[in-house]
Amino acid sequence: MFFQETIPDTSGYMIAGYAIAFIVMGLYVLSFYLRSRNLKQDLAMLEEMDKSVVETDVNLSKPTKQVKSVTKKGRQKQP
Amino acid sequence: MQPKPVVLRILDVISILVLGIAAYLALVIAPTERVMGDVQRIFYFHVGTAWTALLGFIFAAVLSVIYLITKDRKWDRIQVAAIEVSLVFFLITIVLGSIWARPVWNTWWTWDPRLTTATITELIYIAYFMLRQGIDDPDRRARFGAIYALLGGLSAPITFFAIRLFRTIHPVVIGGSNPEADGSFSMTGDMLNVFFFALFTFTIIFIDLFWNRIRLGDLQEKVEQLKLKVMM
Repeated sequence: MFFQETIPDTSGYMIAGYAIAFIVMGLYVLSFYLRSRNLKQDLAMLEEMDKSVVETDVNLSKPTKQVKSVTKKGRQKQP
Repeated sequence: MQPKPVVLRILDVISILVLGIAAYLALVIAPTERVMGDVQRIFYFHVGTAWTALLGFIFAAVLSVIYLITKDRKWDRIQVAAIEVSLVFFLITIVLGSIWARPVWNTWWTWDPRLTTATITELIYIAYFMLRQGIDDPDRRARFGAIYALLGGLSAPITFFAIRLFRTIHPVVIGGSNPEADGSFSMTGDMLNVFFFALFTFTIIFIDLFWNRIRLGDLQEKVEQLKLKVMM
C-alpha cells in the first residue's frame, strides 16, 4: 500500500460494515418489541388466571356453608 | 406496565436522528483516507460502539457492587440491562473490526492481543447470560450475576489497554501511537469532528436502549412475580 498512486476501492467492505451494524441494531430493537409483546400477553393471561383463582376460592367457600345448614336440618329431623 | 415516559419517547426519536446524522457524516462528510480508502470510514462506528460497550461493562461492575451492598433486585435488573446493550454494541465493534481488517491486514482475523482480549470479553458476557439462565432462585441468580459481572468487568480495561501494553498490530489512534501497527492514520480536523459526533451518537443510543431495556426487565419481573402468585 506504500507506493500506490490511487486510493484503493474498499467501498464494498465499508458498505458491508455499515449494513451489518444497522442490521444488528435493527434486530436488537425488534427483539425489544417482540419480548415486550410476549411479556404483555403473558401478563394479561396471568392476571386472568389470578382473577379466576380468586373467584374459585370465593365459590368454594359458599357451598361449604350450605352443606353445614343441610346437615343441621338433617340432624334436627332425625329424632 | 407503566406507559412510556415522554422523555424516553423523545430520546427514541433523538437516537434515530443522531444515528442518521452520524452515518451521513461518516459516509459523506468525512474525507476519504488515502491509504485505506472508504473502509476507513468503518472506524467511526467501530470506535463509537467499542467506547460505549466497554464503559457499559465497567458500569455494570459498579452496579454489581451496589447490588451486593443493598441486596435490592432493582440493581440486578439495571445491571442486566447495561450488560445486554454493551454486549450487542461490542458484537458490532468486533464484526466491524474484522471487516476493516480484511483489506487492511489482508485477513479477516488474527489472534492479536487486542482482538483476543476483545473476544474473551464478549465470550465472558455471553456466558454470563447462559449461566444466569441456569439458576432458578432469583436472589441467588442476582448474587451470582453481581459477582460474575464484578469479575468480568476487569476484562474491559484489559481490552482497552491491550494495545498500549502489548506488542500488537492494532492501531492506536487516540492518545498515542503504535509504530508496529498496520493501518494507522492521523485524523484531520473533519475526521475528528465526525469521530466525536459518533462517540456522542452511540452514547445517546446506549442511554436510550439501556432505559428501554430496564423497562423490559421491570415487566419481566412483574410477570415472574405474578407467575409465582398464581402457582402457589
